[in-house]
Amino acid sequence: MAKILDRRRLVPNLHLIEVHAPEVAKKSRPGQFVIIMPDERGERIPLSIADWDPEKGSVTSVFLLVGTSTHKLSLLKPGDEVPVYVGPLGKPSEIENFGTVLLAAGCFGIGAIYPLARALKKAGNRVLTIIDVKANYLLYWEDKLKAVSDRVFISARDFALESKDYVPAKIEEVARAETKIDRVVAIGCTYLMYRCSEATKPLGIKTIVSLNPVMVDGTGMCGACRCTAGGQTKFACVDGPDFDGHQLDWDELFKRRKSYFDDEIRSLCYWERTNFP
Amino acid sequence: MAEEKKDITPEQKAVLKAEFDKDGRKELRKAIPLKERMKLGRQKMPERPPEVRNRDFGEVNQGLDAEAAMAEARRCWDCANPQCVAGCPVGIDIPSFVKLIEQGKFLEAAWKLKETNSLPAICGRVCPQETQCEEICTVKKSTGVPVAIGNLERFAADFERGTGNIVIPPLPPSTGRKAAIIGAGPAGLTVAGDLAKLGHRVTIFEALHISGGVLVYGIPEFRLPKAILKAEVDYLRKLGVEIKTSFVVGKTATIDDLRQEGYEVFFIGSGAGLPNFMKIPGENLVGVYSANEYLTRVNLMKAYDFPNYDTPVFPSKCAAVIGGGNVAMDSVRTSKRLGADRSIIIYRRSRHEMPARTEEIHHAEEEGIEFHFLTTPIRYMGDDQGRLRAMECLRMELGEPDSSGRRKPVPVPGSEFITEVDLVVVAIGQSPNPLIPQTTPGLKMGKWGNIDVDWKTMATNLEGVYAGGDIIRGGATVILAMGDGRIAAMEIDKYLRKKPPS
Repeated sequence: MAKILDRRRLVPNLHLIEVHAPEVAKKSRPGQFVIIMPDERGERIPLSIADWDPEKGSVTSVFLLVGTSTHKLSLLKPGDEVPVYVGPLGKPSEIENFGTVLLAAGCFGIGAIYPLARALKKAGNRVLTIIDVKANYLLYWEDKLKAVSDRVFISARDFALESKDYVPAKIEEVARAETKIDRVVAIGCTYLMYRCSEATKPLGIKTIVSLNPVMVDGTGMCGACRCTAGGQTKFACVDGPDFDGHQLDWDELFKRRKSYFDDEIRSLCYWERTNFP
Repeated sequence: MAEEKKDITPEQKAVLKAEFDKDGRKELRKAIPLKERMKLGRQKMPERPPEVRNRDFGEVNQGLDAEAAMAEARRCWDCANPQCVAGCPVGIDIPSFVKLIEQGKFLEAAWKLKETNSLPAICGRVCPQETQCEEICTVKKSTGVPVAIGNLERFAADFERGTGNIVIPPLPPSTGRKAAIIGAGPAGLTVAGDLAKLGHRVTIFEALHISGGVLVYGIPEFRLPKAILKAEVDYLRKLGVEIKTSFVVGKTATIDDLRQEGYEVFFIGSGAGLPNFMKIPGENLVGVYSANEYLTRVNLMKAYDFPNYDTPVFPSKCAAVIGGGNVAMDSVRTSKRLGADRSIIIYRRSRHEMPARTEEIHHAEEEGIEFHFLTTPIRYMGDDQGRLRAMECLRMELGEPDSSGRRKPVPVPGSEFITEVDLVVVAIGQSPNPLIPQTTPGLKMGKWGNIDVDWKTMATNLEGVYAGGDIIRGGATVILAMGDGRIAAMEIDKYLRKKPPS
């Protein structure tokens, strides 16, 4: 059992959850994730770690409302408990002084990229961060990211934010303006990561993405999260979640991500019917 | 690999002899002459009808009743030189518990079992007795039909649990020495039980949220009801074993971290982690599962009760399971229960080479499972959504024996054919879990990613670190893992008694 310290809506459809998990907090590194189960009947779902505090013994994630599990999580209050909170899982992201690193984040990835930006900045990199949102009211953690980035750009389909680009266009724009970008890291929905990888391929910039496929155990036992990288089958939970975006079989990834789309809807309808008659 | 059948140790022999010479046993032997015992037929295990049980997840075998158990126990001759004990990886005093059942002393039989085996209700269900104790049973040698030792073990354990009063043996005063067990599977649970009974402070670290390892995520409800597993794990808790679930050693903390926290000795029983695939085209299509994933969804996450439980699993019209072991049988029978019209085993050798237990194969056949022998998949085909719709197979024939002594299957040229399937479960084995080897510097590994141990002591090359079960064997049975655990526990006890407390 792990106690919820905080759970609040950051922006529509995106929630923050802070959990008391001292052992996880002590070991967390940028790029890792936890597996959480909202209740005894819930699924085991992976959440990227967005922040942690070893002294307070807390770990924070940002999640998007998708199916039953995330809806259940979104109803938790401080003091509630979840039966499973295990981690930190996956390999930590590579942190070293690469030179100039361009980060691209959207959705829950805006939270998940924060510890990476912080660590890369600390390692001496020039850190440029693009936050991708659909509209201005979906923007969060801009200040946090500003504090650990040399520059923060917003790409949005919203004139209120003086931008109507999707993130790949922004990457190209920043790449043109900069003398050299040594690495790009993209975290967010699969489509965003795919488009970022496509954009950087002709530019020849190494691009790392953080995959979030379907998982069950998260410790390498089940193989639900397998993907193809460089022609080889890899397990995202133990070989990743970070992969070279130019090496991935994206088509396969999109199809595997959609595996349970129908079941997800069935489950959510059932949950709504039984809990909110 | 270690020898599976061990010789009886001199200490064991002395115990067996002392029990053999007890007055009650002598009288019992005299009560029914051998000739009479030889005439008694084996009691049949009551089973639920195949056409009923293949639609739900209720247990298949219903267990012997008291009368049948006593009748079965009477078949045992109580021979002076019992071979069966040598066939048991944990060295259960089989004649003693069987003869207690013959006398109607069911509780005492259960206690006798628990002297050497903390998980008798589980072993009575999932051990391959027919290749162990029952294979070398003296009654089998003479009549061809061994005493149903496994069914009797199950009976005694179930009887005790049925009384609702599980007795905790008197425990020695605590030694205060801390042992860390990694993995709450059959190996880890055995070590934990044995060490707790010796007075040590035992903590099990388990990665999943429910204890049992393969017993909970792998073996289906219809073969091992989870309530029984839970009762046996609760028994260990009552012995003083602490279990920390959702704790991944290698991630949440390393062995070195735990050493800093005062754990003096370690047992690694982290099991077979990574599922093997065949590396053929289409294996990552939606609808192709590893057996681990398929069974974990259904057993651990209870996907058979979706949407009451949130985890889904694909139903199927035609399910093909690749492999011929017990995991393949569990998977194919699960697919039938989830509503498949056709459930098929695809196995590249012939029936004779199938590693699955005879009982499981037999049960599967009764339930309407089809077996396609000498066949192997070479390609999976999907629709435009990336969902599996068919598989291409190749016929095989048996050639010369390979390193395992079994005749090697070789492809028949031009025998390719395509079958429509909408679910495939790959059950061709797994490799040891790499998390602990990766995070334990200096730990000596074998060439298959397994941990290297001294097979006599289960000691690794690191001081105070022992290992057993699938992490050293790569993919074996519950009882072999328990046998490793038993040896390791005795060695750990010796080690702790020699070493001054740190």
